[in-house]
Amino acid sequence: MTSNMTNAMASIRHPPTASGLNYNPCAPRNLWNRAMNLLVALFALMAVLPLVVVIGYVLYKGGGAITPAVFTELPPAPGLSEPMGMGNAIIGTAMVTGGAALVAVPVGVGGGIYLAEVARKGSFAQSIRFGVNVLAGVPSIICGLFIYALVVNTRVLWGESFSAMAGSLALAVLMLPTIVKTTDEGLKLVPQELRMGSLGIGASRFVTITRVVAPAAVSPIATGVVLAIARAAGETAPLIFTALFSPFWPDWSSGGGLLAPTATMSVQIYNFGIMPFEPQVQLAWAASFILVVMILAANLLARWLARFSAS
Amino acid sequence: MTPSIADAIISCDNVTVNYGAFAAVRNVFLDIPRHKVTAFIGPSGCGKSTVLRCFNRMNDLIESFSMKGKVLFNGKDLYDPRVDPVEVRRRIGMVFQKPNPFPKTIYENIAFGARIHGFRGDMDELVETSLRRAAVWDECKDKLQESGLSLSGGQQQRLCIARAIAVEPEVILMDEPCSALDPISTLKVEETLHALKKNFTIVIVTHNMQQAVRVSDMTAFYNAVDAEGSDGMMGYLAEYNETKEIFNNPKSEDTKEYVTGRFG
Repeated sequence: MTSNMTNAMASIRHPPTASGLNYNPCAPRNLWNRAMNLLVALFALMAVLPLVVVIGYVLYKGGGAITPAVFTELPPAPGLSEPMGMGNAIIGTAMVTGGAALVAVPVGVGGGIYLAEVARKGSFAQSIRFGVNVLAGVPSIICGLFIYALVVNTRVLWGESFSAMAGSLALAVLMLPTIVKTTDEGLKLVPQELRMGSLGIGASRFVTITRVVAPAAVSPIATGVVLAIARAAGETAPLIFTALFSPFWPDWSSGGGLLAPTATMSVQIYNFGIMPFEPQVQLAWAASFILVVMILAANLLARWLARFSAS
Repeated sequence: MTPSIADAIISCDNVTVNYGAFAAVRNVFLDIPRHKVTAFIGPSGCGKSTVLRCFNRMNDLIESFSMKGKVLFNGKDLYDPRVDPVEVRRRIGMVFQKPNPFPKTIYENIAFGARIHGFRGDMDELVETSLRRAAVWDECKDKLQESGLSLSGGQQQRLCIARAIAVEPEVILMDEPCSALDPISTLKVEETLHALKKNFTIVIVTHNMQQAVRVSDMTAFYNAVDAEGSDGMMGYLAEYNETKEIFNNPKSEDTKEYVTGRFG
C-alpha cells in the first residue's frame, strides 16, 4: 500500500508525457467540467423558456384579436358575435388599480418613511418589517377573502356589496408590502451626510425628510410603486370576491362607478377564457395581450427609473 | 491652564460625554472667544469632534450619547430641556468632513436654508453674497442652475460653507473641513476662514497642525489616555491657549511632543 502511494505521487510529480502542461480535453476533470457547464446552461435556458413562450404565444394569439372596437365596445352576449369589445374591462382595470394606488401609495410610502427615518432599528420597527415581509407572502386570494369578509359581506361601503372600491382595497393590501419595502430600502441608501447637512443648517426633521432625503430617494421609491401597480393590475383572485364582474359599462350613478360591480381585464380572462363561444375566447386573448404589454411596459419603465437614479 | 476670555460665546463647564458605557471625553472646561477662530487639535479618538458636535447638539442624533456638565451659548444652557435643537443648529451652523452638497442646483443649495427659515429678502442677492463670502462665487457664477455635485471637491466644500453662512449663524463649526481636499483647495478654504472671522465665530477641528497655525487665534490640544475601568481611550482637554503660545511655548510636555511631531 505504501509503495502504491509512492508510485502515484511520483507519477503526479513527473507526468509521463512530455507535454504534461498542455490542456488535455479528455482528462476526466475537463470532461466533467464541460458536461456540467452544459447542464447548468440548459437549466438556465429552461428557466427563461416559459417566459419567452408565454409572451410569444400571448402576443401571437392576442395581437390578432386587437381591433379598435376592443377599446370602445362592450362584450357580446353569449352566442352573439357583435359587438366585439371590452372597453368596460379596460376602464374597470384602470379604476380598480388606480383606486388601489391612491390608497396604497400614501400609506406605503408613509410607512416606509417611518421605518427608515423615524423608528430605524427599534424593536417596534423590526416587528413591522417582519409583518410586512409576511404580508408580502400572503396568497393574493386570502387578501380577496379578507376584503370580502370585511367590506363586501358587511356592506360597510354605503350599503353596497361587490364594488370597484372593494376591489381597490383588496389590491391595495397586495401592493402595500412592495411599496413599504422599496421605500424603506431606498431611503436607507441615502447617505447619512445628507441628513447631517440638512440638520446642520437648522432644518427640522420634517423639512429634512420631505425636502432633502425623500427627493434623493425618489427613483427607487417610484420604481417600487410602478412594479407594485403592474403586479396588482394583473391580479385576478382578489377581485373575484370583491369587484366581481359586469358585462356592462360602469354604473356612473353608483358612486361614480366605484360602488357597483365592475369588470376588470384579469377577471374577464378568467370568465371568458373557458367559455364555449369563440368571440369570448378572442376577447380573453385580447385582454391577455393588453395585460402582458402593460406589465412589460411597467417593467421597462421601472428599469429606466432605476437607471435614472444611478446616474 | 485655561486662559481668561472676556467675551466667550460658547463655554463648556465640566463637560463629560459618554457613548453608552464608553467615555469619549471627560471634564472639559473651555471658553470659545467671539469672532475668533479656535482650532481643536490632537490625536485620533481624543474627543475633538465629540466636543464640537456638542456645541450644536448634533450628538443628539447618536442614540447611545449622554452628556454631563453644561454647554453655555451666550450664557444659556444648550441642553436645557426647553431648548429646541433645531433653533440651536440654526444659530450654530456646521460644515462636515466630507463635502455634502444637496443633490439640487447650486442656487437651491444656498437658498434652501434661508427659505426654510422664512427669509423674505432678495434671494438672488443672498445667494451671491454667500457664495462670495465663501470665495466660490467666481467659480460657479455661470452655472448656478447646475447640480451642486457637478463641482470639484474643494468647490463643493466651499459651497457647503456658503450654505452654512447663508442662514446667518453666529458660530460655524467645522469638523476637519479640509481632510478630503487637495492643498490648493485647502488654501482657498483657509482664505475663506480669514474673511469669515469678521462676522462669525469659527471652531475648527483639524489634524493638520500647520493649518491650525495658519488659521486660528486660539488652539485647544486634546489628548487621550487609557481609561481606567473601560476599554479604549478616553479624551481630555490637555492645554488651551493662544495659538502662538501652544506652538511656541507649550506648558505641558504632551503638547510639546505633539506639536513638534514626536507623536500622534
